[in-house]
Amino acid sequence: MNDNGSIKKMMIILSKGTLENVYAAFVLANGARAEGIEAEIFFTFFGLEAIHKQKLEHLHVATVGNPAMHMPTMLGGLPGMEALASSMMKKEMEAIDMPDVHEFLDILTASGVRLWACKLAMDMFHYKKEDMYDGIEAVITVGDFYKQSAGEGVHMLFV
Amino acid sequence: MEKLIAGKSVAVNEEGYLTDFSQWDKSIAEELAQEAGINLSPRHWEVLAYLQKEHQSQVALSIRRVGKSNVVDIKEFYQLFPTAPLKTATKIAGIPKPVSCI
Repeated sequence: MNDNGSIKKMMIILSKGTLENVYAAFVLANGARAEGIEAEIFFTFFGLEAIHKQKLEHLHVATVGNPAMHMPTMLGGLPGMEALASSMMKKEMEAIDMPDVHEFLDILTASGVRLWACKLAMDMFHYKKEDMYDGIEAVITVGDFYKQSAGEGVHMLFV
Repeated sequence: MEKLIAGKSVAVNEEGYLTDFSQWDKSIAEELAQEAGINLSPRHWEVLAYLQKEHQSQVALSIRRVGKSNVVDIKEFYQLFPTAPLKTATKIAGIPKPVSCI
């Protein structure tokens, strides 16, 4: 059957722990499932913060080194600025029916998105599987993730 | 454009969604479900009725909202309408495709 090369599965690698990047990965994965496309997320390096039980509720937007914030870098570096910008953004997100990080993870797993944690990064940060969100299927290596990505119509995305 | 569904000519858009809900009936839902490879069970009908009610009260539908409906949770919603549940279910229910990204 000719399917015009349509996307069958999205393999998303989340390497950052800033709110805007975490949401980008989550919206892409959720949007894939909503379109009938399979989706999996591989959390690595700072992306692990998005699934760390103690940290996932406290993610921030980056106010420094982010020109799109339209905030002078020196101002963005002041104490409390990240928290302020983050709480403002969270308010806006709630207004457009955007779930918080924990609820979003619940929605993703209920929708059939498979979640993996990177072994190397877990070791580096001294995290244990019990520290992480319960919906994480397993701690796996890059090689495992590539095996997981086999098949036609599979696309990989690095955030 | 017009499409013949369950022996009736109904108005649909280019994606096959009914454009006039007054033309919808259960036999149309049955046939649209068959097209999507779904046999409608009583649970399906409950969910379809909920979606229609939400649409009538002009609620913007999203997976999140369906999950909070107390009618069906997200997991079961995906089981009932396996591929793209919100798209498929709204089509069968005869209401417009939701535009939400969440």
